[in-house]
Amino acid sequence: MKDAFGLPQSLLVLGGTSEIALATARRLIARRTRTVWLAGRPSPALEQAAEQLRGHGADVHTVAFDALDPDSHETALGKVFAESDVDMVLLAFGILGDQARDEREPAWAVRVAQTNYTGAVSAALVSARALQTQGHGSLVVLSSTAGERARRSDFIYGSSKAGLDVFTQGLGDALYGTGVHVMLVRAGFVRSKMTAGLEETPLATTPEAVATAVELGLRRRSETVWVPGTLRVVMSALRHVPRGLFRRLPL
Amino acid sequence: MSADTAPVTVTVTGWGLTAPTAAHVIRPRTYEEAAAAVRACGVRGGIPRGLGRAYGDAAQNAGGAVLDMTGVDRIHAIDADGGTVLCDAGVSLHRLMEVLLPLGWFVPVTPGTRHVTVGGAIGADIHGRNHHVSGSFSRHVLSLELLTADGGIRTVSRGTPLFDATTGGMGLTGVILTATVRLLPVETSLLSVATERATDLDDLMARLTATDHRHRYSVAWIDLLARGAATGRAVLTRADHAPLDALPARARRAPLAFRTLQFPPVPAHLPQGLLGRTTVGLFNELRYRTAPRARTGRLQRISTLFHPLDGVPHWNRVHGRGGFVHYQVVVGRGQEDALRRIVRRISARRCPAFPAVLKRFGEAAPGWLSFPVPGWTLALDLPAGLPGLGAFLDELDEEVATAGGRVHLAKDSRVRPELLAAMYPRLDDFRALRAELDPRAVFTSDLSRRLAL
Repeated sequence: MKDAFGLPQSLLVLGGTSEIALATARRLIARRTRTVWLAGRPSPALEQAAEQLRGHGADVHTVAFDALDPDSHETALGKVFAESDVDMVLLAFGILGDQARDEREPAWAVRVAQTNYTGAVSAALVSARALQTQGHGSLVVLSSTAGERARRSDFIYGSSKAGLDVFTQGLGDALYGTGVHVMLVRAGFVRSKMTAGLEETPLATTPEAVATAVELGLRRRSETVWVPGTLRVVMSALRHVPRGLFRRLPL
Repeated sequence: MSADTAPVTVTVTGWGLTAPTAAHVIRPRTYEEAAAAVRACGVRGGIPRGLGRAYGDAAQNAGGAVLDMTGVDRIHAIDADGGTVLCDAGVSLHRLMEVLLPLGWFVPVTPGTRHVTVGGAIGADIHGRNHHVSGSFSRHVLSLELLTADGGIRTVSRGTPLFDATTGGMGLTGVILTATVRLLPVETSLLSVATERATDLDDLMARLTATDHRHRYSVAWIDLLARGAATGRAVLTRADHAPLDALPARARRAPLAFRTLQFPPVPAHLPQGLLGRTTVGLFNELRYRTAPRARTGRLQRISTLFHPLDGVPHWNRVHGRGGFVHYQVVVGRGQEDALRRIVRRISARRCPAFPAVLKRFGEAAPGWLSFPVPGWTLALDLPAGLPGLGAFLDELDEEVATAGGRVHLAKDSRVRPELLAAMYPRLDDFRALRAELDPRAVFTSDLSRRLAL
């Protein structure tokens, strides 16, 4: 169960090797989290992540989970929920893709869309139903500011996150009053292995900062969290910049 | 919390308004309906709930059933000579006062609110300002009827393991249906109040130790924002039921009248942080400065003295949407140093604790999870949104546990589960009894899930 500060005792991470997710898990383990399930494609990296979290004192299990295979989600995640209550589900998987290549080879673009949107929709719905049955829990979904306004440099990734963002907002409204809390985390450029080698945009942040924001959001039972917080103002201004001008901005 | 016998899915919180969860709320009107509801509980179980004054998650059950017992509310028999009452568990202490005071009887123990049910009072084994004299509520319960997980009804009498597990057992042994409670005779409905100031924590503890036994009711309001030499300064309030001859002529015409005050309710959706350091600091300063250095014989109504906050409906909304944490701990006699350290830490951190009280406890009750032990109890409210509050209270918990103290389960919403066994030495007995009595864990609450009770 979550405590008065929204801190979970058990955590299910979808995308168990995500740096943001692991930073969040570490932070939550330092407080109340004792059980963690890391769901992801079986790999040495996933086991390594589990080992690392065990070092922080949690009881960590790994679960085989593939975002690209929505048919398996029900079974894979169902097993976790059948075992015990899950206080928080952190939907953290996603791929950035390679904009240039994805434009050339649509199959790759589809892969981005299927992972970030279709896969996430399926996993979120499966999780949401289970959380609703147990009558409590938080579903935290990692979105991105890239989904706020299409940019020339990453609109394939951005569009998938835009879809996920709107889906999550709607899901939050659908689950209002069911005891389930849905929280959308809109992070800007996060320095991690996913963005390694890319040029940083202004207001870049770190996985640890996202983790801090998630913990605060849980305490406040927020529905949307921006990381860093100033992005909320910046993006709200950028949304209103005319297309012709926006195209010429160095973003 | 208005629901009929048909279950309604509602988001439920405790009085502190934190950690909401959804449950099917059922409001039985008879014992049969209650028994049927217990038998119908699914895998996520059920938990009885009274008037929802427990601050934390004791009367919540995510995804399961919550039995709102306020519909089972008959007073069956009053023995006006012997001073006992047999009533349903859903009867509130407010109702008992309305009925009993005109007959010259008062509830044996009243907490800071009248709006608790008899069932809740037993389940949380509540205490009041008279603990040093009268002990907790369960000491005055002669017997009770308990609806257990199999849907059967058992009469539970004092001195049995089931009685000791149920008093303070947070509703986890079953649903209390009725109770026979011993009452306190009073001549009037007024109290004769004595007030004095204590300049710091040591002065306060000395005064409480020296003169507590002279009064039936005793509590100290403590200023946790005061620093330096004034750390722990306080206003002591002692009271006794006023005898008839202490009343002025006018009041003697209706000496047993039960009067309450009602102010407008606190609106919903107040902003958070209204009761910050500045507001609370100002209030504390005023409260201390305006309190008399020493005054005796002031007459006050029961509602004004014991239940001032009951006059303001929904006062729990004052901390805003984020809710608040009620932190109550007790450390045993001889652990005064631990208490000093705790008070110093709270005051050094400048926590806007509002209100905060210190009380000297008398003898402990036999209840296995009953909170009071002989010693010192400190209770305070803090807004849940205070940065770093969770970690800070964890540190205080360590201090409390090391000193052999404990936190109050009916008020808790955040204690670290690992500490609980140290705080409640009979916890294993409680778990064992539950495992035997209720192997399917029909009676389950968010509290029992969070702390693995």
